[in-house]
Amino acid sequence: MTATIDTNNKYAEDFDRLLAARATGEPSWLTRLRRRAFCSFSELGFPTRKHEEWRFTPIPRIIETPFGPSRSGAAPHDGDAAAYSFGELGGDQIVFVDGYFDAALSSIESSADGVRVGSLAAALADDPGALDGKLGAFAPVEGWTFSALNAAFFADGAYVLIPRNVVLEAPIQILYLSTGGERPTVSYPRTLVIAERGSQATVVESYASSSGELYFTNAVTEFYIGENAVVDHYKVTREGVGAQHISVAQVEIERNGRFKSNNITLGGSLVRNDVNAHLAGEGIVCVLNGLYMARGKQLVDNHTFIDHANPNCESHELYKGILADRSRGVFNGKILVRPDAQKTDAKQTNKTLLLSKEATIDTKPQLEIFADDVKCTHGATVGQADEEAVFYLRSRGIGEEDARSLLTYAFASDIVSRIAIEPIRQKLDEALFTEGALQGIR
Amino acid sequence: MSTSTDTIEELANREYKYGFVSDIEADAVPKGLTEETVRLISRIKSEPEWMLEWRLRAFRHWQTMEEPHWENVKFSPVDYQEIVYYSAPKPKKVLSSIDEVDPDLLQTFEKLGISLDEQKRLTNVAVDAVFDSVSVATTFKGKLADMGIIFCSMSEALREHPDLVKQYLGTVVPYSDNYYATLNSAVFSDGSFCYVPKGVRCPMELSTYFRINAENTGQFERTLLVADEGAYVSYLEGCTAPMRDENQLHAAVVELVALPGATIKYSTVQNWYPGDKNGVGGIFNFVTKRGKCAERAKISWTQVETGSAITWKYPSCILQGDDSVGEFYSVALTNNYQQADTGTKMVHIGKNTRSTIVSKGISAGRGQNTYRGLVRVNAGAENARNYSQCDSLLLGDKCGAHTFPYIEVKNPTAKVEHEASTSKIGEDQIFYCNQRGISTEDAINMIVNGFCKEVFRELPMEFAVEAQKLLGVSLEGSVG
Repeated sequence: MTATIDTNNKYAEDFDRLLAARATGEPSWLTRLRRRAFCSFSELGFPTRKHEEWRFTPIPRIIETPFGPSRSGAAPHDGDAAAYSFGELGGDQIVFVDGYFDAALSSIESSADGVRVGSLAAALADDPGALDGKLGAFAPVEGWTFSALNAAFFADGAYVLIPRNVVLEAPIQILYLSTGGERPTVSYPRTLVIAERGSQATVVESYASSSGELYFTNAVTEFYIGENAVVDHYKVTREGVGAQHISVAQVEIERNGRFKSNNITLGGSLVRNDVNAHLAGEGIVCVLNGLYMARGKQLVDNHTFIDHANPNCESHELYKGILADRSRGVFNGKILVRPDAQKTDAKQTNKTLLLSKEATIDTKPQLEIFADDVKCTHGATVGQADEEAVFYLRSRGIGEEDARSLLTYAFASDIVSRIAIEPIRQKLDEALFTEGALQGIR
Repeated sequence: MSTSTDTIEELANREYKYGFVSDIEADAVPKGLTEETVRLISRIKSEPEWMLEWRLRAFRHWQTMEEPHWENVKFSPVDYQEIVYYSAPKPKKVLSSIDEVDPDLLQTFEKLGISLDEQKRLTNVAVDAVFDSVSVATTFKGKLADMGIIFCSMSEALREHPDLVKQYLGTVVPYSDNYYATLNSAVFSDGSFCYVPKGVRCPMELSTYFRINAENTGQFERTLLVADEGAYVSYLEGCTAPMRDENQLHAAVVELVALPGATIKYSTVQNWYPGDKNGVGGIFNFVTKRGKCAERAKISWTQVETGSAITWKYPSCILQGDDSVGEFYSVALTNNYQQADTGTKMVHIGKNTRSTIVSKGISAGRGQNTYRGLVRVNAGAENARNYSQCDSLLLGDKCGAHTFPYIEVKNPTAKVEHEASTSKIGEDQIFYCNQRGISTEDAINMIVNGFCKEVFRELPMEFAVEAQKLLGVSLEGSVG
């Protein structure tokens, strides 16, 4: 208990220091947002297992560790930038180290058609008023500890603006690397993606490190998908083995918008992903896919929330998990269909493969439906590799171990094969064997 | 179906058929709850000392607890000091035949359609009718006694078979279990007790009708069913209550003990007063029902929930023994301002344990229907198998259907499947039927019946008919 109070005090001191340091440089609306956010954090405190949303996800290391704020100018571990990037995809790549923009590692070319890809801090410095009412407008600081903390403390992040009717063919890569020093530090990556009316883009967000130390990444990503805009989002989490990673993706979708999210989690000690989509108009299609592979004592928690606030929208959700060793998985998929959201078509599936006796899964698909003319289904399965399939393969001369690996791989590739960008698909395919649960397979 | 002309609308607008108050002098303790109330109840019922101790432990524990608020229902707070915790019809001399029963009482049952002599003559059902809190008549007792089956009221069981009660009471639902179960443990008035000895197959459906009568009387029954090794028993529970404007609290506890190889089938049709169409009045039904299965035992819960302003119950199975089986079949209908938060818990502890959950929720008017279920597979439960299906049907655009299924698996050999769907009756389905000469009413009737069929077929015959009547079948105006 005392630890909690101590760390809360520590955050308060850090916040005072941050405000003092930034007093002159930042626009007043942002300072107000930060104050509001910190107030909210002070009221909320850290969630415990008594909170329904955190029932299966204890976070003692986040609560008890006195994380120091990360510093700018750190160099990433050797080879991290190359290893965790998806290589030359033809689009801009923007790299952050411990939450600070690293110009040397980034390559930003496009400014044609008014497209902006760059550092959020730089965008705020260029035109202090431009992001007022956008930044922090979608991910509320009230009611959620970690988005409040992020809003209060973030130093930098990525800002992507795709203007009206601009179609970007090449994906934009955002790479958040962590160094994880001797002293535990915390970084607050903040991403804002605005896809204006009729625009199209692909955004690949990666969080990664080869560090084995304890560090904390508290990320918030806000998406605004304008009318008829199409955005594909990839979030690939390959954090270090000691990492505590908590992220929120808040997605606001306007009429006829299309949003597709692919959430892949391979690394990290504790990973908690929240994907919240608010369907703000009619005719929206929202697709959320996810794959998580955990081994050792990893805990991976995926929460999704689709708010069907308007009629005639579709949402499709498929999350798959592979749990080995003593790892734990949590899935909570909530679909809310509001009273006027008639003709909603929502489908949710969660499948989990348990590879070991000690692995645990807690899954809770949740439907809350207030409209009558809707089609909503959800399904969840938990099990191990199908014995008959194993037998079939063995009868054809494939060894038991190989048969199981093959079936596990097939289970995962259901998600991986949905990835539209070839280099990403290939790299992830490899990563399944080098970083994912397949590595630990018996 | 003969009731095919009934409509949900009619059901919705219909005055509560069973809403009458019979004037029978009640022997009630003053309202409010103190340690003295608990002692008084125990004294009135001349209970053994250990029972009083148990009640007092529960009461003291209850005082330290807080009302739970996680359920997905809204209601005005219950004032526990405004409740009369015990009410019994004026004591009569010991009855030797049914003719001696107060004619007013008999009439009440007749209005409910369960006239005792009718039952006795025509059906093969033994009825242990609980009127308010005291059991007034028990039939077929002799026949059951010949087979060694004990079926009586809880008060009688405490007098005649205290050792059996002591051995099993609280073993499935401990007195400290939850707020309402603890309250029940402290103040329970009566209920049914049944013991089926080793290897005996109970030859008839055992049945109890509970009825809440005296105003402001919370009814706290306690039911305990024990099926010894290899025994079989099917138990029916049906409920109706008269119309009231004040909310009445009903916090019952049902414990089932299935010893190795035993089978218990527990069916419920609940049709308590749901409140009027503005959501005024109605019963608060906060019930704890749980069964424990030893090796090869099976417990099957079937429930049809159409009444009560608020239903809050989770008939559960603890599958402790290897190869045990748990089943849960449920139809829950909410209309007007009714709210239901119901479902089940299947806890797999033993190896090769299996469970099936089939839940059908129907929401109409402004009803809110929630399925909340837990399937837990513990680390030692090798080859556990669960199949869950929960479907919701929405009639009208003001109602809601919600599902909160929790799945917690700690063993890789487990196979757990969960499916849920929510839909309304499709215009295309109606069109298909119309096209083949089936009227819209008949089509809806047919679809709703089909929707609930998986559950109804688990009910004993006489209950299945009642349940179908209760649901209403033709759903005029729900489409288009």
